[in-house]
Amino acid sequence: MAEKVTRRPYVREVPRTRWFFRHPRYLRYMAREVTCLFIGAYTLLMVVGLHRLAQGRASWEAFLEMLRSPWSIAFHGLALGFSLYHTITWFNLTPKALPVQIGEGFLPDAVIAGAHYAVWALLSLILLKLAGAY
Amino acid sequence: MARSNKPIVWGPFAAGGTLTAFLTPALVILTLLAALGNVPEVLAYDRLHAIAAHWLGKAAFIAVIFLSLWSVAHRLRITLYDIGVRADTAVAVAVYSAAGLASIAAAVFLFRL
Repeated sequence: MAEKVTRRPYVREVPRTRWFFRHPRYLRYMAREVTCLFIGAYTLLMVVGLHRLAQGRASWEAFLEMLRSPWSIAFHGLALGFSLYHTITWFNLTPKALPVQIGEGFLPDAVIAGAHYAVWALLSLILLKLAGAY
Repeated sequence: MARSNKPIVWGPFAAGGTLTAFLTPALVILTLLAALGNVPEVLAYDRLHAIAAHWLGKAAFIAVIFLSLWSVAHRLRITLYDIGVRADTAVAVAVYSAAGLASIAAAVFLFRL
């Protein structure tokens, strides 16, 4: 039998679903995690697009027309914002994930994150150029 | 040492997270341009069909879709736990299966081209 506890331990209550509103740090964490919903939805849109592409020219043209709806424009705006937030948070973590040691010291965080930003910008510009976006 | 299946789950998560960090904003910009009525060349039927019909294009699409969805599934699983959904095994099976099935669907569409 368990001993009878006479003291009353302090139990800090944490609301199960709303805890992340308590502190800006938690809210930033949750914003980072929520990016997955938009990246996931966008990737599923790609799968739908491939389906329409496989159905033929008319079906693909209808898909492009569907993209022009106000809902689609709003979704793309949000998806761009959240995907950029994912990129920023991911690259800012790279110095923690990939520390580079040089002798006794480490390469400064800003150099590692900065290198990722530079490569990202370059790759995006090349991709958009090849895709004929500009 | 205790064995764990974490590396198997975490490897594609890290790969997908890195891939989406580099790639997704540019992809969203491409379809955003189309949404705004300014369809970039790559989204014209003939161009995109030619890319997706090539084996290299198929491989790229499948890799991007699978890794993106897997990293999304992993993050969604962790987030659901964080907001109080404690049935982790059921959630894990559901999200990873959904990522796998959608990737298989994408592969099926690509091979119908």
